[in-house]
Amino acid sequence: MDTMTYDYTEPELSTKGQQMRDLLATYIALISHRLPDDVTAKLQELAKIEVDPLQKLVYDTMMENQLLANKLERPSCQDTGALQFFIKCGAKFPLLGELNQILKDAVYRGTKKAPLRHNAVQTFDEFNTGMNIGDGIPSIFLQIDGDSTDIEMYVYMAGGGCTLPGAAKVLMPGEGYEGVVRFVMDRMTSYGINACPPLLVGVGVGTSVETAALNSKLALMRRVDSESDNANAAKLEHLLEDGINHIGLGPQGFGGQKSVMGVNVVNTARHPSTIGVAVSTGCWSHRRGLIKFDEDLNYELPLNEGVEL
Amino acid sequence: MKTYHLTTPISDDDIKDIRIGDIVYLNGSLTTCRDVAHRRLVEEHRPLPVDVRNKAILHAGPIIKDLGDDHYEMVAVGPTTSMRMEKFEEEFVKQTGVKLILGKGGMGPGTERACKNYKALHLVYPAGNAVYAALHVEKIVDAQWKDLGMPETLWSCEVKDFGPLIVSIDTNGDNLFEKNKVIFNQRKEAEIKKINEQVKFIK
Ligand code: SF4
Repeated sequence: MDTMTYDYTEPELSTKGQQMRDLLATYIALISHRLPDDVTAKLQELAKIEVDPLQKLVYDTMMENQLLANKLERPSCQDTGALQFFIKCGAKFPLLGELNQILKDAVYRGTKKAPLRHNAVQTFDEFNTGMNIGDGIPSIFLQIDGDSTDIEMYVYMAGGGCTLPGAAKVLMPGEGYEGVVRFVMDRMTSYGINACPPLLVGVGVGTSVETAALNSKLALMRRVDSESDNANAAKLEHLLEDGINHIGLGPQGFGGQKSVMGVNVVNTARHPSTIGVAVSTGCWSHRRGLIKFDEDLNYELPLNEGVEL
Repeated sequence: MKTYHLTTPISDDDIKDIRIGDIVYLNGSLTTCRDVAHRRLVEEHRPLPVDVRNKAILHAGPIIKDLGDDHYEMVAVGPTTSMRMEKFEEEFVKQTGVKLILGKGGMGPGTERACKNYKALHLVYPAGNAVYAALHVEKIVDAQWKDLGMPETLWSCEVKDFGPLIVSIDTNGDNLFEKNKVIFNQRKEAEIKKINEQVKFIK
């Protein structure tokens, strides 16, 4: 049998490009074994609310696992996802031209370092590249943000059982926001149970499937306890959060007091004849990082207090 | 909720009183076994190269470190969605005589029948806790069907106090997740009604 291989040669990066790549490779490995501060705090809060021995036992296991993963520097969950980057970059950031290569190589190196699971399968040729990178993996979503010299990026390990299988649909305006609620809630009792609750639910509202879908992912990048700037969207966040919590999925879907760490809504405008809606379900092991660089590659890690790369 | 400690080989008698929602910790032999291995046995009629009779399988794709000379170390291991194996599981249990099926999330009517008719349990390991699980794997004793690649290889392990495992289907064929789903869906409809009163943003 012919075995196909994926052709990858590490790029020749500028000195600064190499420096950025190395910092990112280290950060990727770190994300695989340490949850961001907002998620850790929320899980601790939720653990205290569960009263039954079964639910308590599950939360205890989760806490113990995170301690061990941190201490031994091993990936806390075996599904280390397909890496995704959501980026805002100033037009004058000096490494903009090299950015795609830097990110792909950072994943390549971070994968060996962590080690991450090999999760990139080339479609149609159907073979695993064995490197955790492939065509379009990592996925890079880039917005140019004015002409500053800074860059900020969310780094996300999206797992195959949680946020890679999102769902999106375009509703007719007659279905209204009631249709949005139905779409989100139905997803919770079907897919959500197996997506490792307590979940962070990302809801995107927009004009089409792809705008709604991207919004739902951006919603997962927001902190678990954040609130939308739009008063009605914030209201919907709270209504959905309470509603889904009252379903009582509990940790791992075993039943319990709570179901979610939070619900975040991100919205953009719509065509008069459409309401695009999408749901992405982040699992409890929400391995999402945020790193900001200035033009000299001084960095900040707002979600990981006390961490240096 | 009762807690049980089971050691392989496991007899019908060992598990007959264990009910859904109970907790089990496993000692002894556990083999990872997922999509393609199930397909090979059930559809292609290839005998499983590991004897799992009265033992346990785990639906999982681990991260393994190859130490050379056929020695391996478990770095991280956790369950994958069991429902993908539902199509094959009844026949799998019948042919192999496996007693414990470990995975993530619930399974369906075929597995319920298998658990009832051939006396077996489906149990759920809380997913995402891959280091905790790996540290309860004492050693990897065998690796079969390595041609399937790291996630799909049948990794036979010696485990100690592997758990907590929450019983999702018992030997009566009762199903924890199916029961929960009925309740979840009832509550959901009530919540949707409440929310919909307050989201009439299009006027
Ligand atoms: S849903 Fe998340 S915690 Fe659960 S197995 Fe997948 S990546 Fe891990």
